[in-house]
Amino acid sequence: MTAELLTGWGRTAATVAEVTRPTTPDEVVAALRSGRSRGRGVLPRGMARSYGDAALNAGGAVIELTGLNKIHTIDADAGLVTVDAGVSLDQLIKHVVPLGWFVAVSPGTRYVTVGGAIASDIHGKNHHVEGTFCQHVRSMDLLLPSGEIRTLTPDGEGAEAFWATAGGMGLTGIVLRATLDLLPITSAYMRVDTERPANLDDCMQRMTERDDEYRYSVAWVDSLTRGAAMGRSVLQRGDHASADELPARKLKRGPLKYVAEPKLSAPPWVPDGLLRPITVRAFNELWFRKAPKQHTGYESIPFFFHPLDGVLQWNTIYGRPGFIQYQFAVPLAAQETVRAALDRLSGAKCPSFLTVLKRFGPANDGPLSFPQPGWTLTVDIPASLDGLGALLDGLDELVVGAGGRVYLSKDSRLRPDLLAAMYPRLSEWRKVRSSLDPEGLLQSDLARRLALL
Amino acid sequence: MNDALGGVQSVLVLGGTSELALATLHAMDLRPGARVALAGRNPAALSAVTVPGADVVVLPWDASDSAAGSTLIEKAVAELGDLDVVLAAAGVLGDQDRAESDPAHAAEILQVNLVGLATALLPAATQLKKQGHGVLVVFSSVAGLRGRRSNFVYGASKAGLDALSEGLQASLVGSGARLVLVRPGFVRTKMTAGLEEAPFTTTPDVVGAAVAKAIRRGSAVVHVPRVLGPVFVAMRALPRGVFRRLPG
Repeated sequence: MTAELLTGWGRTAATVAEVTRPTTPDEVVAALRSGRSRGRGVLPRGMARSYGDAALNAGGAVIELTGLNKIHTIDADAGLVTVDAGVSLDQLIKHVVPLGWFVAVSPGTRYVTVGGAIASDIHGKNHHVEGTFCQHVRSMDLLLPSGEIRTLTPDGEGAEAFWATAGGMGLTGIVLRATLDLLPITSAYMRVDTERPANLDDCMQRMTERDDEYRYSVAWVDSLTRGAAMGRSVLQRGDHASADELPARKLKRGPLKYVAEPKLSAPPWVPDGLLRPITVRAFNELWFRKAPKQHTGYESIPFFFHPLDGVLQWNTIYGRPGFIQYQFAVPLAAQETVRAALDRLSGAKCPSFLTVLKRFGPANDGPLSFPQPGWTLTVDIPASLDGLGALLDGLDELVVGAGGRVYLSKDSRLRPDLLAAMYPRLSEWRKVRSSLDPEGLLQSDLARRLALL
Repeated sequence: MNDALGGVQSVLVLGGTSELALATLHAMDLRPGARVALAGRNPAALSAVTVPGADVVVLPWDASDSAAGSTLIEKAVAELGDLDVVLAAAGVLGDQDRAESDPAHAAEILQVNLVGLATALLPAATQLKKQGHGVLVVFSSVAGLRGRRSNFVYGASKAGLDALSEGLQASLVGSGARLVLVRPGFVRTKMTAGLEEAPFTTTPDVVGAAVAKAIRRGSAVVHVPRVLGPVFVAMRALPRGVFRRLPG
């Protein structure tokens, strides 16, 4: 057990906690017990890809589960895999792709653990068709603060606890093991249609009209250009390519050959303020221009799903002040809100080079699960940007006014008074949570900051 | 909790009527629902203080009572929960001439400015270490730099506070908590009303804005105005004879 200064992926608001790294379920139970004695709560942590303070527990105990990482069994008939909570999607994908399977939901990075994916109820480019990660969890073993281990399923007796844990930010218990759906594939390649919508309206219209024809869909949006071309974007939609449609040169090493090693590392030292309007504008121009106006091609799984994973520690390019990722969702009818938000962001010269638009499908039963049917926009912003606090507070209001919400796994600065309006089922979640953790042992900085519990 | 953009949810002010502390509160990003505890010896004056956007509670605390510090921190934690920011701003200027003829008055200045603050800052630092986060802000002064003929009792109290803070700052490394040491020059306040202004005179608003920025950015030492940083270095190097002949 060591005292460590921890941050989330955005590298802001660091706090110190006692960290333990168990490698067996018994060690997790022991860590939970010893964490209790500190009196500042206990929190499970995975690879800490949440951007803000969701995986921090100031002054308390943090149990990092990346060492609990065995892939147990694959049921090839049913397409199911049983894994420990600390297994990363990177590890899992490497393991199952050569066998002809893929994870049912993959976010923009494969460096997340299964436990973290459940706690954030993550989504991917296929949300409009296949929902969130937890909608593909068949069962999970949840270690409660009492020491009891409960096996939960999405329906039946443990359903309430299951759905409170889905997106429950690690505050309902510690997931030890889960059984997940897998998706059968015949190649490790993606067939991708690329288009270049001229502005935000054009992009939303194209998504509305034809998203349903694709399993995966996402648009990269230029955050700085204003006027008629505001929201010009690169829309990428596709599906897993079948082995027999692949061009011969992709087949040389076998259709299921999967290679995903990061090629680059971010430089060890980066000047503060590297990402500013002028550099991001140049990047955006390049990114937009290099995309074909209309094109169908084949891309590898890492290139399509996890382009940023190609650069290790890319979060350091924001320099010492770190960065904020702001992601909100609003109903389909609130198209105008997305436009207003982008207008404010570009008006504030917000140098976001990762601005992403996606159309969500139906929500699930998780009271704190983020996705709701409609639009979701994600921006990355250097924390040092002048006036950022007020800008985002304003966006919060805009989002709440439209019946929307922000994603807690990305959050590091939400106005606490807006939480209940964003998550109307919060009190229901609190009730289930306190039945699972009556003494209030599970804690996090996010929970303290937003008075979540 | 302090948020990613320097937003603050709870503040304890030692010396709740201090103009520098109040100006800092105004410049800080107090998040909706933030709570501020004002500690001091004049509950009536403290009750009259309002902080926009925050709920205020008053905690009686007499800096001349060395035993009161620990109790105060306990009460503040009971009231606010985690302490995001502690502003240590209590202080009296005193009367130099009187202090020279009446040692009890000298003792009073040292008691409030140094002993009183130290006995509250030490348990506050312990609390912040336990929390694993938080910021202590200590208002030192240019007067603590070197002993000057015109105000050396006050200066001695600030010199002691400055050294205490620097050491405390070192003790917090790796704890998740940190300390911001503020060294303002001459500030126009009630406390300095009627005194002859020194070079680089500034106002509480300027100090408040600089301190709020330092809390946000994580600076270790703040000189207000900034030029005082290099001026301090130069003053320290001046030979005694030259230093004595400086005006003021």
